[in-house]
Amino acid sequence: MSRLFVARNPRVAARNLDGEMMIMSGRDSTLFTLNKTATILWQAADGTTSLDEIVEHRICTEFAVEPAEALQDAETLARELASHEILQISEQPITQAAPLPESRAGESR
Amino acid sequence: MPELTTEVERLSLVIEIGGMPVRVNTTDADFLILLQNRYSGFLSESDHAEVEFDVDLTNAASADPYADVQVSYGHGLWSLTRGDFRAEWEPALRSGRIRQSANPYSIDAVLRIVHTLVLARQGGFLMHSASAIRNGKAFLFAGVSGAGKTTISRLAPPDATLLTDEISYVRKQGGGYVAFGTPFTGELAKLGENVSAPIGALYLLAQGPENRIDAVAPGEAARSLLANVLFFAKDEELVQSTFYSAFEFASRVPVSRLTFVPDSRVWELIG
Repeated sequence: MSRLFVARNPRVAARNLDGEMMIMSGRDSTLFTLNKTATILWQAADGTTSLDEIVEHRICTEFAVEPAEALQDAETLARELASHEILQISEQPITQAAPLPESRAGESR
Repeated sequence: MPELTTEVERLSLVIEIGGMPVRVNTTDADFLILLQNRYSGFLSESDHAEVEFDVDLTNAASADPYADVQVSYGHGLWSLTRGDFRAEWEPALRSGRIRQSANPYSIDAVLRIVHTLVLARQGGFLMHSASAIRNGKAFLFAGVSGAGKTTISRLAPPDATLLTDEISYVRKQGGGYVAFGTPFTGELAKLGENVSAPIGALYLLAQGPENRIDAVAPGEAARSLLANVLFFAKDEELVQSTFYSAFEFASRVPVSRLTFVPDSRVWELIG
């Protein structure tokens, strides 16, 4: 399986409120609330860290899951987020990831 | 040599909602009277206008007010269309044109859209909610159709000033938010008062067996707010502005759930 790189789409608006990540598509104004796994994936999606590294260092350390199974689930999740244009996916590193929201007391943008 | 052109008298009025004067020009005296009646209480004598629209009246036969609204931007021009109107607005020139039949509903829709576009760049928005002023503060009551906006408005005591029973006008001012009265009515069909006040609270309406106010988690507050904000344009920049404005509002204005039975005692909890 080839390595995948994921990047936050700069064309969305995102806020993390008390651990709840909400993202609005700039394309059609659809509002998404990410679950914990999707939030970790989205936050780690800097375009240069591969998906398998994200799974190994961010997801497997958070949840008691088998790495192979976790990678498969993460790829499915990443493709779903990409279908809503929240994430970008490529087999090459992506240089234009959206910056992570700034942290503020109780929330971040 | 005979005169080949005829001078057409231009009639106009200024409709000022939320402190933003919009001049409307027409050549039809009956339409002008219709507008004067429709926006009574929101007419201004101001010479200044943030936006100026020329209205071209067309045949009503092609009108379809139930068609979807389309709002797009390109080459410095906003294009607003629905079955019953076509409008263009060029912000740089502060001018635009509306083609519609002689009815108040089409221009009402154009005004709502224009106000949402202007407010989106200023941190404000229009929201599906009733609103009223009591004891110097404005209180907003948000909910979808049937949630109780009209009911809570109808139950308002004499010392409450109704701003709207349907569409609230929220403007960011300084470190807080101010609600303005609007002529945009719901089932109550009563224009709001053309006054404003700092917003004291936003209540998410629910009808239940008792009157009570419950705290709402920040995430739910922001989600509910976004679900009730009016937004028409498929424009990424404005979508993002509105999204962040909703979070900003929810972080500065107390948001609670107001469960109420339909009688006037619910207002004992407000203000």
